[in-house]
Amino acid sequence: MSSENFDPTLIGFLCTWCSYTGADLAGTARMTYSPNIRIIRVMCSGRVDPQFVIKAFKEGADGILISGCHPGDCHYKEGNYKALRRHRLLRKMLEQFGIEKERLRLEWVSAAEGAKFQNVCDEFTEQIKELGPLNIMKGDINEYREA
Amino acid sequence: MVNLKIDGKTIQVEDGITILQAAEQQEIKIPTLCYHPLMEPYAACRVCVVESISGKGSELVTSCNTLVKNGMEIQTASDKALFARRMNVEMLLAQAPAAVPVQELAKELGIEKTRFKIKDPDEKCILCGMCVRACEDIVGASAISFLQRGQHREVCTPFGEQSEACIGCTACAFFCPTGAITVEDLHGRKVIHSELDLGPSTAIRVPIRQAVPMVPFIDEEACIHFKTGECKICSDVCQKEAIDHEAQDEEIELEVGSIILASGFKSFDPSLIPAYGYGRLDNVITALEFERLVNASSPTGGKILLSNGEEPKSVGIIHCVGSRDENYNEYCSRVCCMYSLKFAHLLKEKTSADIYDFYIDMRCFGKGYEEFYHRLLHEGTKFIRGRVSEVSDMALSKEEEGKLIIRVEDTLIGVVRRIPVDMVILATGLEPGTDSNQIAKVFNISCSQDGFFLERHPKLAPVSTFSDGIFLAGTCQSPKDIPDTVAQAGAAACEALALADKGKFDLEPITAEIDEELCAGCQICVGLCPFTAITYDKEKGISEINDALCKGCGTCVSACPSGAAQQKHFRDKQIFAEIEGIFIE
Repeated sequence: MSSENFDPTLIGFLCTWCSYTGADLAGTARMTYSPNIRIIRVMCSGRVDPQFVIKAFKEGADGILISGCHPGDCHYKEGNYKALRRHRLLRKMLEQFGIEKERLRLEWVSAAEGAKFQNVCDEFTEQIKELGPLNIMKGDINEYREA
Repeated sequence: MVNLKIDGKTIQVEDGITILQAAEQQEIKIPTLCYHPLMEPYAACRVCVVESISGKGSELVTSCNTLVKNGMEIQTASDKALFARRMNVEMLLAQAPAAVPVQELAKELGIEKTRFKIKDPDEKCILCGMCVRACEDIVGASAISFLQRGQHREVCTPFGEQSEACIGCTACAFFCPTGAITVEDLHGRKVIHSELDLGPSTAIRVPIRQAVPMVPFIDEEACIHFKTGECKICSDVCQKEAIDHEAQDEEIELEVGSIILASGFKSFDPSLIPAYGYGRLDNVITALEFERLVNASSPTGGKILLSNGEEPKSVGIIHCVGSRDENYNEYCSRVCCMYSLKFAHLLKEKTSADIYDFYIDMRCFGKGYEEFYHRLLHEGTKFIRGRVSEVSDMALSKEEEGKLIIRVEDTLIGVVRRIPVDMVILATGLEPGTDSNQIAKVFNISCSQDGFFLERHPKLAPVSTFSDGIFLAGTCQSPKDIPDTVAQAGAAACEALALADKGKFDLEPITAEIDEELCAGCQICVGLCPFTAITYDKEKGISEINDALCKGCGTCVSACPSGAAQQKHFRDKQIFAEIEGIFIE
């Protein structure tokens, strides 16, 4: 598949209080953003189990966005800090699996930041388009090393 | 009780009062200079001297510090008393010939001029020492004292220099009976709005005129008592004994079912726009200051005056100061157009000034507002469409001299105009309160991009927030005028009542639960829970979740290594299924 007509599948885990509402705002404000992202609502970004990310990559996602409230604004006090911790560790682990760490992205989007959500989605889609499809299941590991 | 005779009148008074006080009760006036009801009597001026007649003879006593005694007979204006009083006043007149109260007293007693040598014809001080005692006993600062003795005596600060002990309370001037001590206004600025910190105000005051409850408070920063530990004159005067200097700020904990946030707004600070000259140029005032000026209870009594006390001949009102401006606030503050029109109307009513309104767009959105705008057009207010670029005092022509010049592009005729006016009113916009961020944090609600509190839904839930039981009213949610605020506040109250009326609280349905069979008792979840809802049961060797405390964030669930912790409606299984569902072709 050439990167020009490559249509990545992105999965977004959005916390219900800030980022999901922010995405909703982007929708109600009729902001258009790239349709590649599929949103899974969770109560808090701290609910995002590393297993979800691994599972999503396994199923064929090309990029995963975790989005929560800004630091200090978490509806559950500190769930977003836990998401941050897990994100840092998970990126290291993904690299060891041969998955580019850029494919997992963490963003803070508040309920008022519809425009930011729009930007993040568009930017992330572009970034993944450049990276190309995730090919971990079929490719040769040495190819990844050289790249 | 004590029986005594004053000026031939037998009276009965309570024990422990002075002759002066007893006479006052009988409405007999004994002249005095150095007596003040708030101060211990000192008998320095000797003007209050009266004749006290006892069985054998009579003696002269100072009535301000002599207590009444049984069987006393007092003559306040006998020849002997008057002779002594005249002599004393004559001597005071020599000491302080310029003191008006002494001159008046002398006139009253028939003294035309003093026989004694006048040292300084401009002297006003009678050396009664009230200022010294006020400073020491009442204020507790001891900044002034008597210097030297005898004929060289004077009231002075140490070494005659500015005293570090002086706190500038002006109590000395307040107690000075002859006006020898005066207070100068060092700032030279006219005080037009005490609530806006434009100048000094008293230490005890009511916060605002519409305050509920209407109770004065003590401003600790201005109160002498909190500086020196003395004074407390207010408690001496207050007959209800309502003043408590020991009162501390109290934190009161209330258990409530719902909360309505109505924390209001902050007015935009126009000194952030230096080109408009606020704080730098005289007669450039904000809308609130004008509102205060035009109020009937203002220092000018509702008269619209310039800082030099004259009525303005022309006034410019600048709209959208700090609103609809990318450099400050992008949003429209909604209220400014209409209050600016009100100002123009008031100015027309109270003065004969030419009024210029500089606007970007007239936003007369409410009921009857457009009609009001038309009324103003007919009244002769000059409307100029364009954003003002500068207010300056630099005149280019003769008619601009001594005026404020407003530079503006009149976009309707496409020229840059210079308009000289006497007064500029800045229609400042509305901003979120300074502490709105902290309030948002405390109540766990969000702020929108401009900093105002975010409602749950702009159309369907405009008074609710994302936190259950917390509602919004007024300008803390967005700039709005009074009718809108009242409507929203009513709605918020109804929402709160509806919640209270239910009498029950719905528990969070999405809580976490722990499968006893699977839990290995590792206690990872216990430390992660931000609400301390998880406890470890030592006997069973498992962790347990308190449903009432669990808010359902699911942090514990994603950390549980054995999968024992699960979140209702967001089970691992369910989310995995969601992920799989995405990839079904």
